[in-house]
Amino acid sequence: MSRSIRLFTFAAPSRFYWLTGKLLPWLWATAALSAIAGLYMGFFVAPTDATQGDAYRIIFVHVPAAWMSMLLYLVMAGWAVFGWAANARLASMVARALAPTGAMFTFLALWTGALWGKPTWGTWWVWDARLTSELILLFLYLGYMALVESIDDVRRADHAGALLALIGAINVPVIYFSVKWWNTLHQGATISMTAAPKMAATMLNAMLLMTVAFWAYSFAVVFMRTRAIVLERERQAQWVIDMALKAQEASK
Amino acid sequence: MSAGVFMLVAGRDLKLAGRRRFEALLPVVFFIVAASLFPLGVGPEPQILRQIAPGVVWVCALLAAMLSLNTLFASDHQDGSLEQMLLSRHSTVLIAAGKALAHWVLTGLPLILAAPVLGVLFDMRSDAILIMVAGLILGTPVLSLLGSIGAALTLGLRSGGVLILLLVLPLSIPVLIFGAGAVGMVDSGLSPAGHLSLLGALLLLSLVAAPPAAAAALRISVS
Repeated sequence: MSRSIRLFTFAAPSRFYWLTGKLLPWLWATAALSAIAGLYMGFFVAPTDATQGDAYRIIFVHVPAAWMSMLLYLVMAGWAVFGWAANARLASMVARALAPTGAMFTFLALWTGALWGKPTWGTWWVWDARLTSELILLFLYLGYMALVESIDDVRRADHAGALLALIGAINVPVIYFSVKWWNTLHQGATISMTAAPKMAATMLNAMLLMTVAFWAYSFAVVFMRTRAIVLERERQAQWVIDMALKAQEASK
Repeated sequence: MSAGVFMLVAGRDLKLAGRRRFEALLPVVFFIVAASLFPLGVGPEPQILRQIAPGVVWVCALLAAMLSLNTLFASDHQDGSLEQMLLSRHSTVLIAAGKALAHWVLTGLPLILAAPVLGVLFDMRSDAILIMVAGLILGTPVLSLLGSIGAALTLGLRSGGVLILLLVLPLSIPVLIFGAGAVGMVDSGLSPAGHLSLLGALLLLSLVAAPPAAAAALRISVS
């Protein structure tokens, strides 16, 4: 057997399981270290904001969480549709594993947004465009998870979820702009790729560190969930049976 | 021949609904009953009622349109005729579109006809009622088209009824915003043309995109 690595080498569930097993400790370490560094920088090093005082420090969790929530939906839709179109089982499993993490980040962004809104706007919640579309994003995640969970047939569940995620992804810009025209209060985006950042360097660094932490966490937790799904779906496969027997031997 | 199947499927569903007339009227009855609850809950002040009327009518229309969705494919799925339709050489897209048309005639159209009555109950101005009806004419087909996707995806599932709501309601938020927004524009003395144009754009988009999506969903659910 040749040992060369091709593009789809790790699309085989067994090899994916092996590879992610090696990667997981590194991902968790990266997530933990950058989270500690980012939180330290954000809460102790970064200067107090001139107008918002210390309340703004929630930004170091809020903004990366909001980024992840939107990114993960697109990634989920991408893998789901790829799994549907190319009939790639592992892609569908990854899509399914992504949904709870994406929903968690959406919820985190909403929650931290409420904590930030109370001292700065004087209210937990306003029906503003960005908040509302983030809430709708949470509904889209919940809809995907509910649909996928309520279909017993694995294949049908994967494909139906892919179609729903695709429609959701097409709808996200429509929803965003319709809600935007409807009402707007949220401050504009502070960080953009084209303009110079309008915040202190330490604040930016802390936020980027937190973003790295959230990325690493997402990879780690999605891999772990995918590994569990792989084991569940491949329980008839010889490599899973062998591994289970080996684990049983070791525990004796 | 190929376009004929579209009218044939729609006509068949309408004929079947004609045999159960009261059942076909349930969505519009729900629409009126649900909307009548709001004055009882909010209070009878005409000023407040006039202000909340467009939103109430649109939300109730949304819910009424969703209510009858789980029967869209269900009976055909149960007796196996849906499978035969999919196996036939006719385009699944046209079959899905015909089903959506039948759903709109059975729920959307009665809602449009009943909406002015609710407008009067809520003390709306006549020009506001006119724009609300115009918005409903453009918006309710979008609800039927989006709903046909949801109904196809949840075909035969135990939790189908509630699940459709969870899947379709977030997607129909733009319709609600522009539909109720158009009436709001009239109330504040502005032109509703922009909102109605956007509703028209949503209608065109869903006319093109929804039947293929519903057809794909049917293939996923039945295969």
